[in-house]
Amino acid sequence: MFGRGLKPLSLLTAALMTGAFALVFFYAPNDADQGFIQKIFYLHVPLAIVSLCGFVAGGVFGIRFLQTGDRLHDLRSYVCIHLSLILAVGALVTGSIWARAAWGHWWVWDEPTLVSFLIVFLLYACYQPLRFSIEDSERQARYAAVFSIIAGAFVPLNFMAVRAAQSLAHPRVLSTTGGNMPGSMFFTFLVSLAGMTCLFVTLWKYELASKHAGMQLRALRRRLLAGDDDGWVPAARRSAAPQL
Amino acid sequence: MPALPLDEAGKYVAAAYLVFLALILVYVAIMASKLTRIERDLTELNEQLTRRDDERAEEPVAQ
Repeated sequence: MFGRGLKPLSLLTAALMTGAFALVFFYAPNDADQGFIQKIFYLHVPLAIVSLCGFVAGGVFGIRFLQTGDRLHDLRSYVCIHLSLILAVGALVTGSIWARAAWGHWWVWDEPTLVSFLIVFLLYACYQPLRFSIEDSERQARYAAVFSIIAGAFVPLNFMAVRAAQSLAHPRVLSTTGGNMPGSMFFTFLVSLAGMTCLFVTLWKYELASKHAGMQLRALRRRLLAGDDDGWVPAARRSAAPQL
Repeated sequence: MPALPLDEAGKYVAAAYLVFLALILVYVAIMASKLTRIERDLTELNEQLTRRDDERAEEPVAQ
């Protein structure tokens, strides 16, 4: 079900990621101001953009779940947010490494872009504990959907607020003028972004397929044990992951 | 701050890309362990089903 198209998507992701890294190190010129350290940008910015888009996608699937009641949308939302959190960790760590090299500090607290991203990350870090704290799977799915929608709406609002604020030191990558990048850098950035997006979608489908297979298996076991003479059926294990 | 020389900047760039690689590898390793668990459960379920079918086959048929 979820595994359909996974093979060509994986191949496309591998090709795009390899191509992106080749472009980063063999095609894109060194930045005149930052030098070689700017190569981190091709990893850090796509990680941040894709993770934020993933959070918003989680909210969209949350809306779909509340509209239809289909638990598969809850599963899609859960996996979107789970993967976005992993990419957000990557964005935070790579950003810190860049900041150490460019600014001489691992973290700068008076920089709106950094702090706002950390707030979004910490907000979504509450998602799994929220799910785990609710035992009833129906309520768990409903509350998680509401959380994902509210937090998902916060992401673009937060982005706009940060753009409106006067940035102190964080470089602006995307703007109406193309981010002040030469064509070769912008092309490399776009390939990196496409690669990261494909990686997200591939891992999303991969995890969905794995979780769905696990759920089907548990359902099968319950049915099999229910057909046994003793009639004993194991209780569903408490989990933050959705139960179908 | 002035741009770092290549030998120093290279360490930071390598660290950033290695962090990304490590994240992906850890994720794939966790997914692989889950896949192994699914496979083990499936084998167990299959054995259970075979045992049950064998038990039913041994039961005398009611006249």
